[in-house]
Amino acid sequence: MVIDRKARIIEVQDWDDYFLFRLESPEIARLSQPGQFIMIKVSETTNPLLRRPISLHNCTGREVEIFFQIAGKGTRLLSQKKAGDILDILGPLGRGFSIKNEFKGKEIFCVGGGRGIAPLYYLARELSAAGARPVIFYGGRTSADLPLKSRFEQADWEVKVSTDDGSLGFSGLVTSLVESELRHRTPTFLFACGPEAMMEKLAEICRKENLPAEFSLESIMGCGLGACWGCVKKIRRNGETKYLKICQDGPVFSRDEIVWQEKENG
Amino acid sequence: MVDLSVDLGFLKLKNPVLAASGTFGYGLEFKPFYDLELLGGFVVKGLYFNPREGNLPPRLIETPSGLINSIGLQGIGVEAFCREILPELAELDTAVIVNVCGEDEDEYARVAEYLSRFKGIAALELNISCPNVREGGRCPAQSSDATFRTVKKVKEVTPLPLITKLSPNVTDIVSIAIAAEEAGSEAISLVNTFLAMAVDIETRKPKLGNVIGGLSGPAIKPIALRMVFQVARAVKIPVIGIGGIFTAEDALEFMMVGASAIEVGTANFVDPDACLRIIQGMEKWAENHGIKNISEIIGSLKI
Ligand SMILES: Cc1cc2nc3c(=O)[nH]c(=O)nc-3n(C[C@H](O)[C@H](O)[C@H](O)COP(=O)(O)OP(=O)(O)OC[C@H]3O[C@@H](n4cnc5c(N)ncnc54)[C@H](O)[C@@H]3O)c2cc1C
Ligand SMILES: Cc1cc2nc3c(=O)[nH]c(=O)nc-3n(C[C@H](O)[C@H](O)[C@H](O)COP(=O)(O)O)c2cc1C
Ligand code: FES
Repeated sequence: MVIDRKARIIEVQDWDDYFLFRLESPEIARLSQPGQFIMIKVSETTNPLLRRPISLHNCTGREVEIFFQIAGKGTRLLSQKKAGDILDILGPLGRGFSIKNEFKGKEIFCVGGGRGIAPLYYLARELSAAGARPVIFYGGRTSADLPLKSRFEQADWEVKVSTDDGSLGFSGLVTSLVESELRHRTPTFLFACGPEAMMEKLAEICRKENLPAEFSLESIMGCGLGACWGCVKKIRRNGETKYLKICQDGPVFSRDEIVWQEKENG
Repeated sequence: MVDLSVDLGFLKLKNPVLAASGTFGYGLEFKPFYDLELLGGFVVKGLYFNPREGNLPPRLIETPSGLINSIGLQGIGVEAFCREILPELAELDTAVIVNVCGEDEDEYARVAEYLSRFKGIAALELNISCPNVREGGRCPAQSSDATFRTVKKVKEVTPLPLITKLSPNVTDIVSIAIAAEEAGSEAISLVNTFLAMAVDIETRKPKLGNVIGGLSGPAIKPIALRMVFQVARAVKIPVIGIGGIFTAEDALEFMMVGASAIEVGTANFVDPDACLRIIQGMEKWAENHGIKNISEIIGSLKI
């Protein structure tokens, strides 16, 4: 982990509830991987208290980008920052997506639901750089939830969008769109980030299709540094099912490791 | 130059600032941020004898200026700690304090006895106050008798100095502190977290997987300060103040009411270098007030 503590906001773009910040952060830009995140201090006061975890949306040269949706008071405060402001951040943190050599020349599905699209831009760029062909699935409740559609399209990747209300693209859940595409395509791998119900459904589809996959999980985080054990998820690994830290062992886990619905303790 | 060192009798600290248990991992997590030897010391995450899985998530929920946690003392257990972590900590020139947990008195003693075989531990902090491990948040720190018995039992098996960490979830904290002192504890630390909860009004479910948890952070500071004040007046052994300390000013308040040292908890999450900032702030304050030795301010409250 490197620690790049101060990042100047270079540019802010916004679409209603969604925001894209371009930040100057040379160390993070140099050393990060897709799927990693940063912890951002959103307030100078103690309310809200904790930093907020936000994925790296893109990294180029000396700059990184973040893309976020207002979800509550912390992200609302963050959205009020302006170009020129300095953000106090920690990162890059966590273990990102695994980009494998055998992806070269292959089709890779990248599925984002709502704000979960954030890390997939960086991922798709790295997949392209590795010679793979990313196919982007971008789902939202309504067309206003798909502000990054044109950005992905400009990058020259195949982009398929869905909205629950049918206002743009495929009408229905993004999981149904993926399922229908899988009837006539055979990708090599699937990556996803979004609401847990979406990812759980995708994991089930992937198991049926024998398609390996990785998912980026979310949790409320105390520290982001592996120091508090506050962000855990039940994970099956090396023959054991244990609580692992999303901030340190994740946020990215593979298809069969994740215990999606944990009912009981122990 | 201000002399920031404080002498607890059984342990001399470079400065009065310790990182609190459960908020500083096993210490090494904070190495990327600063030189751990700049700290007075740190208390590692609570250890039971065996590894523990901890509580059902969600385990954290934020409240105004506070954090409720129900981690449930997940951890690697004392053997793995001594094998994998302690050798690196033992090299450090700072006070490494181990937070000792137990399901019952015997387990506290077993953990303490095991730790005593190793070099590099400055003291044990007896966590008789973790609210999460038993239903209803009960713990030995809720009764003077259980506190006395637990401390006594651990004293018998370890030559290491004991710091007994008290729970604020009691009717009379002073009587518990006195029980720990009478049982031979070398120091008292307080407070652990306040039992608390939060509800999601849409689902009508508790926001924490464990239903209840412990509140920490700035929200608890005034209550913690009052408790430290009461305990410091009642016991002769040194008292370590804990609860919502985020700034040097907070730390100084605790010292003025009688704390010989302080622990910084939740602040480490917000600013990984919070302890360092507090040490520097204290030094500056002392300089500005012509204080040569920080220990002069301990218990200097004017009433
Ligand atoms: C590794 C990681 C990467 C993330 N990346 C992004 C990103 O790139 N863009 C983005 O928009 N969001 C991202 N998130 C989610 C983001 O961190 C939360 O939306 C944010 O912390 C909510 O803070 P708030 O103060 O605005 O909302 P709050 O008022 O704190 O909470 C609003 C609601 O969101 C829930 N919540 C709070 N914190 C989290 C959390 N960390 N994860 C999930 N639910 C939460 C609360 O329980 C509540 O229901 C990421 C989360 C993680 C763990
Ligand atoms: C996430 C978390 C985990 C904790 N774990 C422990 C622990 O293992 N043992 C212990 O004695 N106290 C534990 N505590 C309590 C703290 O050490 C401290 O007493 C309390 O948080 C109050 O201080 P603060 O307001 O500065 O955080 C924990 C606190 C938090 C927030
Ligand atoms: S957020 Fe603290 S351990 Fe993951």
